[in-house]
Amino acid sequence: MNLSMKWLKEFVDVGNIAPRDFSEAMTMSGSKVELFEIEGGQIDNIIVGRVLDIQKHPDADKLVVCQVNVGDKNVQIVTAATNLKVGDYVPVCMDKSKLFDGTPIKKGKLRGVVSEGMFCSVAELGLTTHDFPYAIQDGIFVLQDDPDLTPVSGMEIKEAVGLTDTKVEFEITSNRPDCFSLIGLAREAAATFNKPLKLHTPEVKSTGKSSDGMLEVKVHEPELCPLYSARIIENVRVKPSPLWLRERLRAMGVRPINNIVDITNYVMLEYGQPMHAFDLRFIKDGKINVRLAQDGEEITTLDGIERKLSSKNLVIADAEKPVAIAGVMGGEYSGIMDDTTTIVFESANFMGSSVRLTAKEHGMRTDASSRYEKGLDPNACLPALDRACELVQLLDAGDVLDGVIMDDNSKSEPVRIKFNPEWINHFLNTSLTADEMKTILEKIECKIDGDDIVVPTFRPDLQHKADIAEEIARFYGYNVIPSTAIKGGAQGKYSTRQKFDMTITDTLIACGVSEIMTYSFISPKYYNKVMMPENHALRNSVVISNPLGEDTSIMRTTALPSMLEILAKNYNNRNEYAYLFEIAKEYIPTTPDKLPVEKNVLTAGFYGEGVDFYKVKGIAEQVLSRTGVKNFDIKADREQFGYHPGRCAVLTINGEALGVIGEIHPKVTENYGISTRVYCFSLNVDTMFEYAELEKHYTPLPKYPAVTRDLAVICADDIPVLELEKAIKEGAGKYLESVKLFDVYKGKPILPGMKSVAFNLVLRSAEGTLTDEQATSAVNKALKSLAKLGAELRS
Amino acid sequence: MKAKLEEIRARVKEELSKADAIEKIEELRVKYAGKKGELTAILKQMGKLSPEERPVIGQMANEVRSYIEKEVEAKKAELVEAKLNKQLEEEKIDVTLPSDMSPLGHKHPLSVVLDEIKEIFVGMGFEIVEGPEVEYDYYNFEALNIPKDHPARDTQDTFYITDNIVLRTQTSPVQVRVMEKKKPPIRIISPGRVFRSDAVDATHSPLFHQIEGLVVDKDITFADLKGTLETFIKRLYGEDSVVRFRPHHFPFTEPSAEVDVQCFSCKGKGCRVCKNEGWIEILGCGMVHPKVLENCGIDPEEYSGFALGLGLERVAMRRYGVDDMRLFFENDTRFLSQF
Repeated sequence: MNLSMKWLKEFVDVGNIAPRDFSEAMTMSGSKVELFEIEGGQIDNIIVGRVLDIQKHPDADKLVVCQVNVGDKNVQIVTAATNLKVGDYVPVCMDKSKLFDGTPIKKGKLRGVVSEGMFCSVAELGLTTHDFPYAIQDGIFVLQDDPDLTPVSGMEIKEAVGLTDTKVEFEITSNRPDCFSLIGLAREAAATFNKPLKLHTPEVKSTGKSSDGMLEVKVHEPELCPLYSARIIENVRVKPSPLWLRERLRAMGVRPINNIVDITNYVMLEYGQPMHAFDLRFIKDGKINVRLAQDGEEITTLDGIERKLSSKNLVIADAEKPVAIAGVMGGEYSGIMDDTTTIVFESANFMGSSVRLTAKEHGMRTDASSRYEKGLDPNACLPALDRACELVQLLDAGDVLDGVIMDDNSKSEPVRIKFNPEWINHFLNTSLTADEMKTILEKIECKIDGDDIVVPTFRPDLQHKADIAEEIARFYGYNVIPSTAIKGGAQGKYSTRQKFDMTITDTLIACGVSEIMTYSFISPKYYNKVMMPENHALRNSVVISNPLGEDTSIMRTTALPSMLEILAKNYNNRNEYAYLFEIAKEYIPTTPDKLPVEKNVLTAGFYGEGVDFYKVKGIAEQVLSRTGVKNFDIKADREQFGYHPGRCAVLTINGEALGVIGEIHPKVTENYGISTRVYCFSLNVDTMFEYAELEKHYTPLPKYPAVTRDLAVICADDIPVLELEKAIKEGAGKYLESVKLFDVYKGKPILPGMKSVAFNLVLRSAEGTLTDEQATSAVNKALKSLAKLGAELRS
Repeated sequence: MKAKLEEIRARVKEELSKADAIEKIEELRVKYAGKKGELTAILKQMGKLSPEERPVIGQMANEVRSYIEKEVEAKKAELVEAKLNKQLEEEKIDVTLPSDMSPLGHKHPLSVVLDEIKEIFVGMGFEIVEGPEVEYDYYNFEALNIPKDHPARDTQDTFYITDNIVLRTQTSPVQVRVMEKKKPPIRIISPGRVFRSDAVDATHSPLFHQIEGLVVDKDITFADLKGTLETFIKRLYGEDSVVRFRPHHFPFTEPSAEVDVQCFSCKGKGCRVCKNEGWIEILGCGMVHPKVLENCGIDPEEYSGFALGLGLERVAMRRYGVDDMRLFFENDTRFLSQF
């Protein structure tokens, strides 16, 4: 919302407060100023001149040499302009002057003749021919053509054309529809600066002719249109508005069109009440019906677009057809035209949510709809309507007929809130007296009636004592209220789970893996990229009904594609290696009306020299070990989508899926444009947490020496080493402290299809030094257990 | 005998000065002071001496022996030292060669900043609570005093799953979930991902992070809100930060405020960093709206509270001077390794 300071001063005497101080004070009382702009941009040293003489340039056909009086002296200006005559008042850019956009102008020579500056156009002053309808677009701005300008030679141009205003742009919050108007902001300014608010009551002079019988208004949906009022203007005289009105519109960021349109805009800016004007000729049978549209009914709106209406849209219709979409936009057919003689001014109140939904449905947010949708005060309709008619009389734009045509179903009962100064003081930690609070409330036109505060109807946001507390606080000063610490102690802490997640992060970082963050939504095509089978359960994703694009249209059921995407980006950026991880959510749908399960999954991805399956497996195991996840099982798995069938392991714990570790399938890396081997693992953090042994117990340090034995066995090549290890652990018994693989050998003299696997066993007893027999017996038991797998001692 | 002893002493001195290896010194010691050495041989002849001479020569012989042992040890030490010095000299390396360090990973910059913020709040007695990212419309909007036709819904461009399920547009629904479950006193923060249908550019992302805070108890006042947030901001930005509270509007708080800190670059004068305002907006906050308390089954006559919300990306961008939000989600290792 823009505000003209000049216009504001009509309502509040903000006197000589500097724009910066004004903005600061308004911001701190709750009307946030985004920026302020002093009109005229960078215009400097441009003054009004009067053309005294025009002669042809001696050496150029298209140039003329003018002698111009600029007040106390005459200057010579050479110009190519053709719209000048002797006696014209024009803007003269003197030597070392600046145009609106900062372009510097200097004295110079044109074809040998000195020019002490130049003349300029409206555009060069940052204006348009809407602002100055008597000026021409491509020529010098001839000032006296405008009946409202009284130029004097030597006058500053900004003074002469009224570029003397300051525009202040406010950010208005959605709870303050009243501040979308000059009067609303003036009320805030008056309260902020402690000045009286000077309101004007519009007066419409009687013309002696009544509008009786010319128009009939019937509201069929009083809920959606609490009040509809109209007045009729005859003998409309469409012409440009006077300068003062054009200036105000310009300062508020509205383009002047003609007196009738400008009046409706002016009133909307002043009162915040949108107005609409119809041509009475096109209101069939002089009947206005405010009703819901029928499905499929059509209207061509003022912007020339034909729109199909639905039964949710409130329309203004005549006896037959819609002539406007209520609160949004008028119809083209019934708009004001050159030959319009009689118009209907509409000032109505519509239900905010209905206007909002209709505007949204048709994708047409207008100045009117954006005001209506916040909920306007029905009590503003009549003053605004009168103000419009008053302006018609002031501008001599037509003859206002007596009488208001109206259908009023609005409830005018104001909201009452109990006035509770003690509660407010307690809530804010202030110590204001009831009278001090009363003073503040009266500034914003709240009245105290007994124990009650009577809220003005233009403040729909005031409903509760907390709302009153805010009003007190913002005018008393948020920053005057003390700052205190919360009373009573409280123990802050991280939950066990939060600490668990931190351990995962810390471990990975210590392992050289960096954390990434990726989008939760992906394209369904990404499932193809990671070779997820067509009928895979994870293809069933939570779907966003209004996505930004296909790439972000579903919630991922696996974070693998996101990881590969980032690895690919790094690879393409020629980063030598990347070790990355993310703890993020995977969204598994349940039933359509229930929330999905949000699984917390750790996904890690690696490429670069020195990375192989075992390194990545090692990092995964570090994470599991640091977080106390033990007794999980690792098995080769050929069925994991996205992974190399021969280099992939699944992890389970207590029969539950825990994770996957493996090399990414070469086809998948190709899909991502990565031409090196990529390794990933994923671990379900929720499952990890469920089985993690978080308590640590001390094991006494050994008192007796250990016995070590090396053991090499020969077995079939396809027996996983883990199985052999398990067999040793099962067989060797209580003395076995650890078993560690140190060699796997294939080739002569080992038979094809077989391998030799060598382990180092550490045996120890807590009771005493192990004897040779005890150690040998343990090894023999281990061998017996290995024999069950077909593994025999290598001789 | 006396002369012989003197002669031995002189010879030892002479030979020691010439010795250049530890082995030779040992030989020397054996030769003179060993069991079969010259000195021992002389002592064996002591019996031939007169009783008067015996103690004199005995004492002298002992002196010579201790002289030999002392000198031998000293020379030995000297040679060991020389040998070590030589070795140390030979082992000299170029200490300016690059180190051989196995790289550590890096926490994402958003995590670094989030951890710092969590730490501050935990220190002030807050707990950390998380909630679902795919959320019921009720928790994201309705319970927070934003009914279906509320204009605030237009400003929060929401991703819908169904009519009743959305991607949360704010972390505030966690407030409601916590208040429904737990009776006051409540002191929590809730960080997490939020989603809005903003097209990606340098300052917008359809996914970003918020941190929500909530305090509910008896007698919580607007002054408590101010005090808590001032403390938070000073811990985050430094004790000399200047903070101001500016009235604002949020549907779920009343009174509501936005909190600004004075621009660090220009100290309030206005500059490019603060877009000439002199202040930088940090967070939104307010006293929990009585309707929200009621919606959660907490009696607003008995309890009051405050809530706050801040955007993590903005804090991190300012902290590190990152000017493009996309960098956080592109995860280039050259970017990540800077934090």
